[in-house]
Amino acid sequence: MILSRKLKDSISSKWMLACLSFCLLLPLAIGSGLVLKSLPLLQSHSLKELIFSEDWFPSDNQFGFWPFIVTSVWVTVLALIISIPLCLLSSIYLTQFAPKWVLKFMRPVIDILAGIPSVVYGVWGLLVIVPLVGDKIAPLFHQDSLGYSLLAGAIVLAVMSIPYILNMLLEVFRQIPVELGEASLSLGATKWETIKHIFIRKGSSGILSAFGLGFSKALGETIAVLMVIGNVPQIPQSMFDSGYTLPGLIANNYGEMMSIPSYDSALMFGALLLFVIIVIINIIFRYIIYKSELI
Amino acid sequence: MPSTIELKQETEVKVESIPAHVPIVKIDKLNVYSKGTHILKDVSTVIPKNKITVLLGPSGCGKTTLLKCLNRLTDLYPDLKINGSIKIDGEDIFDAGRDITTIRQKMGLLLQRPYPLPMSIYDNIAYGLKLKGIRKKKIVNAKVEKHLKEVALWDEVKDRLKTSAQRLSIGQQQRLCLARGLAVEPEIILADEPSSALDPISSKVIDEEFLRLKSDYTIILVTHSLRQAKRLGDNIIFMYYGEIVESGPAEQVFENPQSKILQEYLRVGH
Ligand SMILES: Nc1ncnc2c1ncn2[C@@H]1O[C@H](COP(=O)(O)OP(=O)(O)O)[C@@H](O)[C@H]1O
Ligand SMILES: [Mg+2]
Repeated sequence: MILSRKLKDSISSKWMLACLSFCLLLPLAIGSGLVLKSLPLLQSHSLKELIFSEDWFPSDNQFGFWPFIVTSVWVTVLALIISIPLCLLSSIYLTQFAPKWVLKFMRPVIDILAGIPSVVYGVWGLLVIVPLVGDKIAPLFHQDSLGYSLLAGAIVLAVMSIPYILNMLLEVFRQIPVELGEASLSLGATKWETIKHIFIRKGSSGILSAFGLGFSKALGETIAVLMVIGNVPQIPQSMFDSGYTLPGLIANNYGEMMSIPSYDSALMFGALLLFVIIVIINIIFRYIIYKSELI
Repeated sequence: MPSTIELKQETEVKVESIPAHVPIVKIDKLNVYSKGTHILKDVSTVIPKNKITVLLGPSGCGKTTLLKCLNRLTDLYPDLKINGSIKIDGEDIFDAGRDITTIRQKMGLLLQRPYPLPMSIYDNIAYGLKLKGIRKKKIVNAKVEKHLKEVALWDEVKDRLKTSAQRLSIGQQQRLCLARGLAVEPEIILADEPSSALDPISSKVIDEEFLRLKSDYTIILVTHSLRQAKRLGDNIIFMYYGEIVESGPAEQVFENPQSKILQEYLRVGH
């Protein structure tokens, strides 16, 4: 009896270790797989040329990824600039000011938003946001735009990332003990001062993680952005220009361009780039979080 | 901001001139309801200046709620319905139009567990000062030192003032919380079972602190420890199910309890 319990105990801990190792090895496996697949391209082109060249002419064997990198990062940053303040303010309002039933009501709404497939957001972007940008917003800035633009991509992406980031922020603010607020108020702070100086600081590492995860997710989003951004391999000059994101490039072309040698290898390299950018962003956020926790 | 400091200083001068026997807090027919339940029932009492008044009673009897009414932290709970009056220095804190932040700065709050602000030891104390508009480095430095000494923490932390307050021991954190409350120069200290989470040594330090501080402050101490009540209390308010059952000077209440419930409580508590 005791023996079997001990056995179960040791088996279960080994089993957990195996699962953990699997999780840890997965990114490594994916990374090395991508490197392997993009080797043919790397052998014929220099890394510098691949990353920083603007020339994307696959039929001439020129693969410059710079336009895709710029578009991907730009549209993601723009999306977060739109969604972060919205999420931050709504999560503060919902947890600190709103009556409890509002939060209760919002939870399923947020879950539903998070569950909508991205292609649906894409269709919505196509029907609503693209014309909005082309006919209304761009003229405001005295710009000509067809609507298929970074801004349209960013708006769709922002809306998609809101439930995701908001959920994490709600959790962050919910976990701050009420007593901390009472301590600050009792020192003579107003509610807003308490939120600004105490809650945001207390939640800073959680807030930063939410932004970091939001960034990774937005950077990798494919279909919805692909449907509204125009898919022109160029370096956009403004947010009203079209662009082409790395995930869009891969999704649109993988397996389609058999006639062009090293095209598939180039797409794998694109995926590798995406992977590396996400790893770098995560490291940067980890570092900032680490710094913020030191205080 | 500067105008509030001047105001504050004026009120302090006024308080100084009030003789010690004059009550600093006067609670009149205070009732607190939450949905179906009646949490505080017709609570009326006075709390004298420069004394330690102990709120004694079994848990759930409404001690914390009464304490939170005093600095209107009850505002945070929209479910609570409050009527009655609480006068501090003769002014009703429930009067519309009174500035709640200045009322709260008259009271330092110490909770069951320490909740240091998520910042350095130094900033924990400077925070309240900044809220009062005191920003001059020299003054802030001096006050940080003064109040850390006041709670016997200065020697332990003077070399690491800029490190996180979270890294202090629980006992040190609680003393820091006391110091940060004292730094806004309150008249009253509200303490809600402040040593219940502490080891015996830290809790003894806090007890001794209170005995020393009562010459300058009026202290309202919630406890369910009879021993602490006897050691510290000048006045005892015994509560049971939201009501004040008995109150008076400590000797009288402990030597000659009138009500059955208190007699029982004292007997069981021994
Ligand atoms: N915000 C609140 N909402 C509803 N009920 C409350 C609230 N705060 C306290 N109570 C109730 O009031 C009673 C007294 O609580 P409390 O003042 O914390 O007692 P004590 O501090 O003496 O243990 C308890 O029954 C508690 O459930
Ligand atoms: Mg209590």
